[in-house]
Amino acid sequence: MQPVNVVIAGVGGQGNVVASEILATALAACGYRVSVGETFGASQRGGSVMSHVRAARGETPGPLIPKGLVDIVVGFEPLETLRIIADYGRETTRVVVNPRPVYPLAVQAGEASYPDSRDLLETLGTLAAEVTVVEATELARRAGDVRAQNLAMVGALVGTGWLPIRPDAVVRILGERFADEMLRLNREAFRLGLEDVRQRV
Amino acid sequence: MSLHALGTDAPGQLVILSGNEAIARGALEAGLGYAASYPGSPSSEVLGSLGALARAGGFYAEWSTNEKVAMEGAAAASFAGVRAMTVMKADGLNVALDALTSLAYSGTKGGMVVVVSDDPGAHSSTKEEDTRYLVRACHLPLLEPATVEEAKEMTRWAFDLSEAVGLPVVLRSVTRISHARGSVTLGALRPAPRTARYDLNDRFITTSLFHQVLHQRIGQTRARFEQAPFNSCEGPAAAPRLVIAAGPSFTYAREAVRLLGLGEEVRVLKLGTTWPLPEDFLGAHLKGAREVLFLEEIEPFLETEVKSYWAQHAAELGPVTFLGKASGHVAGAGAPGVGELTPEIALRAVGALAGREFEPRSEAFARKVDRLPLHDLPPRALAFCPGCPHRASFWAIKAALELDGRQGVVLGDIGCYTLGAMQTGYFTLKTVHAMGSGVGLASGFGKLDLLGFTQPVVAVVGDSTFYHSVIPALVNARYNDAPVLVVVLDNSTTAMTGHQPHPGTGRHATGDLAPALPIEAIARGLGVPTEVQDPLRVDETVESVYRLLKTDGAKLLILRSPCVLLPSVKRLRRAAVDPARCIGEACGCGRFCNRAFSCPALVWDRALERARVDDVLCSGCGVCVDLCPRQAIAFQELASCSR
Repeated sequence: MQPVNVVIAGVGGQGNVVASEILATALAACGYRVSVGETFGASQRGGSVMSHVRAARGETPGPLIPKGLVDIVVGFEPLETLRIIADYGRETTRVVVNPRPVYPLAVQAGEASYPDSRDLLETLGTLAAEVTVVEATELARRAGDVRAQNLAMVGALVGTGWLPIRPDAVVRILGERFADEMLRLNREAFRLGLEDVRQRV
Repeated sequence: MSLHALGTDAPGQLVILSGNEAIARGALEAGLGYAASYPGSPSSEVLGSLGALARAGGFYAEWSTNEKVAMEGAAAASFAGVRAMTVMKADGLNVALDALTSLAYSGTKGGMVVVVSDDPGAHSSTKEEDTRYLVRACHLPLLEPATVEEAKEMTRWAFDLSEAVGLPVVLRSVTRISHARGSVTLGALRPAPRTARYDLNDRFITTSLFHQVLHQRIGQTRARFEQAPFNSCEGPAAAPRLVIAAGPSFTYAREAVRLLGLGEEVRVLKLGTTWPLPEDFLGAHLKGAREVLFLEEIEPFLETEVKSYWAQHAAELGPVTFLGKASGHVAGAGAPGVGELTPEIALRAVGALAGREFEPRSEAFARKVDRLPLHDLPPRALAFCPGCPHRASFWAIKAALELDGRQGVVLGDIGCYTLGAMQTGYFTLKTVHAMGSGVGLASGFGKLDLLGFTQPVVAVVGDSTFYHSVIPALVNARYNDAPVLVVVLDNSTTAMTGHQPHPGTGRHATGDLAPALPIEAIARGLGVPTEVQDPLRVDETVESVYRLLKTDGAKLLILRSPCVLLPSVKRLRRAAVDPARCIGEACGCGRFCNRAFSCPALVWDRALERARVDDVLCSGCGVCVDLCPRQAIAFQELASCSR
């Protein structure tokens, strides 16, 4: 059986690692053997970050997804999402994306320009089998802290129903991972992301 | 969650661990008594997790001042019969190498495991060294896990091996193990016995007499490797095509064979014990092979070792074509032997072996991707975080050197501040080498006056680096009276590797409080004039640097402001551009805040044609408030609930 292959794409500091850990744990709770390949380290400092999350029955998959075999891209940033689907995706790849740009240094310095947001989302639409746009930063702001956009995105992904993950399993996992204010914040961001997508489906 | 799983004594339970946590768990299942490390990506989380568990687990864990000291601490525990582990990145092994080559001669007693994490592709490193060559030079047993789960099993096994052959055993991890996560079945925890004691009949002396003993011990290691549970071969026994793979490359090889449908044509031999080679095991599988492909990271180490074995046994084994990085058949990401070995490289190499190709995308999709202007998309260069005190420090150093006008040279080393060599640090650093190298170089430049050198020199170091390797170079500069300015960018943590404590922080690896050893007390004790300054006060910092550049001898300036990512640093305010005061391009500042100062939180609002502060990113450091030439940026207080 082919593994389920998910890439979480974003920029250093957006909470990729925590999101991939929560997602992998939730998939493991569905009875899969899972693996996650992270690219972090220097990438924490504003570079592109991607996490490969893989789940399979039987044997634990290798840490990296071969290009062209990604089933789902969870995009924390639209430009990074485009780069990932172009490099790792195929015609059946589905996308859930936070449309809020994080500008690269070269754009700030005026040496490069950032593509128009509508064009970006439109291009994603022509490549992906399905695109769900989620204002995850705004949902996280409503939950109490914009930095919880990662959990809003995990909520949105679960809300799409593309993976066999039960929301209450994620709520339980968050309870094992966080405490106090962080737990409240992350559960609320997760709930808002989940409901935002569910009411559309 | 992981920490919880890591410390749980629930044999048989399936959990998710990172590779580094799996290594830590393997050690706990082996009865670890002592662990020491200096942080370095991608190895840092091994000791990080052990430190958090040490108090409850009844073992000792420390962040040492550098890797050599960590190695020696672990050796002491081993000499006292305690199972000990030391952990470092590839660069760290260079620092500890003198101690390790000596330990190979003297031998060890309690199981001693040296974990070294290499970083193929240099995701979080300045170099991509292949540690295996150094391990071979030391003559020490070398293990390479292929999966996260195997990393745990191998670590546990390594302690037994170490005690059996009386040598430190090196477990070589890589980024795709250390920073991967995977399902792991837990074994039983084994508490460390309370029997540490130095037996006065024991002697651990390094003398060349033991070179011969070392060779005998490697012979014993080889015999054990023949039976090791980490070597295997899958696929049809008679297939003349053989892939030999080690580390995560094995998982790519296995998946490539499956995706290419070559399960009946190609054998995959997995080697987990990579030096010394298990020659009988290898020979048995080489027999009948006509084409052998090597998949390994980073350099063609196994390829060379196996070819050498074949050359010795060519008569029995017959002609074999060897395909790998040395032969030019296996690409690296950059060139053969350069960069990470990816699943795509494995797919191409295994496919070429059997004349197959793998194309998962439809032609229509591939055409759409080809038409995208991907090369026009802005690249994402590394940048100091919004509010990072290093940005302010480099701005001030650069400004002071411009005022000074003597073409001062700034020398750097390894840490977040290495980015000072890039755009985000205004290309200020001119050299980057090993930890503390900037100070050694500055000391050298400082003595070139005799040869006509007139430029001032500034060495930039981190706070953790100061303890790791700056002190000897600073003593050198002070004693030899080299006119150098050492600037410590003190952000009160080891930031790059994930906020580990160091002797200046007043914390141990366990989280326990400890009396701090302030950098200024050490420097003043050496007779080095020392000042402390807040880098977020840019004007004052420029003035300090400018003034100190004019003074003789070695001096130290500590620019102290905590890393904004530390959980203890709370965001209480943020900056905001007053759209009435900012007049955009008409100002004549050339969009100073975003183009020149370039904090990621200072963005350009295309609709308003004004600068704007991204309220998600801004940390409220206030440097832009001081620097804006029109005073168009001001603070906004934040209610703590609406960040």
